[in-house]
Amino acid sequence: MTTGAAAHGAAHGLLAEFSGPPALLHAARAAHGAGYRRVEAYSPMPVEGLVEALGSADEGLPRLALVGGIIGGVLTFALQWLSVTDYYPLNIGGRTPAWPGLIPATFEMTVLGAVLAVFFGMLLRSGLPRLYHPVFNDAGFASASSDGFFLCIDAADPQYDPQRTRQFLESLQPVRVTVVDA
Amino acid sequence: MSIVGAHSYGSISQKISGIVLTAHAARWWVISFAACSLLTLVFFGAIGYLFYKGVGIWGLNVPVVWAFDITNYVWWIAIAMSGTFISAVLHLTRQPWGASISRFAEAMTVFALAIAGLFPILHLGRPWFFYWLIPYPNAMSLWPQWRSPLDWDFFAILAYLLLSLLFWYLGLIPDFATLRDRARGRGTQVAYGLLALGWRGEARHWQRRQSAQLLLAGLAVPLVVSVHSVVGLDFAAGNTPGWHSTIFPPFFVAGAMFSGFAMAMTIVVLLRRAFDLGEYITERHLDNLAKLILAMGLVLAYSYVMELFMAWYSADRYEIYTALNRMRGPYAPVYWSLIFCVVVVPQALWSRRVRHAPWVLFGISIVINVGMWLERFMLIVTSEHRDFLPSAWGMFYPTIWDWATLIGSIGFFGWLLLLFVRFVPLISMSEMRELLDHQRDAS
Repeated sequence: MTTGAAAHGAAHGLLAEFSGPPALLHAARAAHGAGYRRVEAYSPMPVEGLVEALGSADEGLPRLALVGGIIGGVLTFALQWLSVTDYYPLNIGGRTPAWPGLIPATFEMTVLGAVLAVFFGMLLRSGLPRLYHPVFNDAGFASASSDGFFLCIDAADPQYDPQRTRQFLESLQPVRVTVVDA
Repeated sequence: MSIVGAHSYGSISQKISGIVLTAHAARWWVISFAACSLLTLVFFGAIGYLFYKGVGIWGLNVPVVWAFDITNYVWWIAIAMSGTFISAVLHLTRQPWGASISRFAEAMTVFALAIAGLFPILHLGRPWFFYWLIPYPNAMSLWPQWRSPLDWDFFAILAYLLLSLLFWYLGLIPDFATLRDRARGRGTQVAYGLLALGWRGEARHWQRRQSAQLLLAGLAVPLVVSVHSVVGLDFAAGNTPGWHSTIFPPFFVAGAMFSGFAMAMTIVVLLRRAFDLGEYITERHLDNLAKLILAMGLVLAYSYVMELFMAWYSADRYEIYTALNRMRGPYAPVYWSLIFCVVVVPQALWSRRVRHAPWVLFGISIVINVGMWLERFMLIVTSEHRDFLPSAWGMFYPTIWDWATLIGSIGFFGWLLLLFVRFVPLISMSEMRELLDHQRDAS
């Protein structure tokens, strides 16, 4: 379709559209198997096994949740403890400061710390928010949020070659293959 | 299965985003929006007058210092309780039928919680000092009272509001991307484009989002229980007869689930009818929701019996008097109406025919909502109006401002919900596509 654009050399990569989740999954496995590493797959809903087909899944969020929770809990407890023992001690009937009453706020802030870590961790690790991306240049890409399934091989991939990569993608029976302008 | 009829990925996007992207709102929407806007004005008018005159405009007096304000607070926060809970539990237990109702259950939570959070501020004598609940460095070197449940409330609501909002938004991001790509007008494209944060459906992003959803759902469940337990402790920590009981935290959690499920039912039936969503929200959804309401209603009925039992078992004359006063005193009509609304009426849900009649379910859910409001009113006012010394007894009668605040808050809730159904896809499109995918695999 836009083969001519490849000649300009300023391509982001090659984008192939597939008919559905099984075809996309098959293509992703084939691309990974052929040694392509800078490959992105786009679908309008999560497709099981797609991430594994492209490489490995990101298992980091649970750890982030743990770290965020610990930070939220420790800081909240420390703030309360210091305020009842040091900054503003209340001597009521000579009783020593008690910790059980400090637990509810500590618990709530533990959960909140984990929640914030997970949410913002997910965004940052995905490189979002990023309003512009070269794949949006493709006229048909809008269907990726509705019923289109795409695979994009990045021009920065060491294995990338305008001709051979295109032939490779076309061998996977795509609906179409286009060059994405950078 | 959850979707009936012939559907494709594209037809799902078209049907659900079409509700939002149409230029002309339906007639019923315009009429209800006008009515709710009017009530919203009443709500903020009542708040404005309250700030000008003070809490004396309500029917409060010295034995009854909490009445409509805290009743409304507990009622709204209970409604908020179940939305995130429903969608988190359905998510964790991988119930495919949950996909079509979780979106607006979450919206219901966010809106009800935002309204609930206003009431503790409004009930203060000097509401402009509400931020004294926040531990912040101040020139007076003062700190909040950490051991007070009122301060725990602040932390609980803060955590719950942020979690509900982020959980809701996390689910919405891919749907905002669909709207961005399907919108025609430039302004609409830019607005949804900003909300979608540049989502492009990349496989690794989906995987992270799923992982995040699972984590947030897992965090939401204990948080929900803790938040309403803290609301229960607001009462239980005082030594007022009728409040000073360890049963309160679980009893409040059960009541919250119950009234939240009922409000979800009210909204489900209305939206299903208004947008012709019978293919997505099937009779099975209504049936399951009705069963949940019935089960929670039984837990609540048990709690009422235990409350009476504990009053008798305590052998405390003030506790026993409060229990009897609820049934025979000046507020007895409130007590018996709530028993009718909350314990008797839901028993109709044992019948399969009732569970499959949407408008009967709607009627029952409204009765339950009313009953749960009466329950909080009864719980709060009867304990205060006759506590220990007869010389300190009194009565509470609501004023027009009490009613304006309550009815206005309901209007404001409706106003927010109407905006939500107009501008946000009310069923998760990406989850519907996923469901379709699984259905195809299965067949």
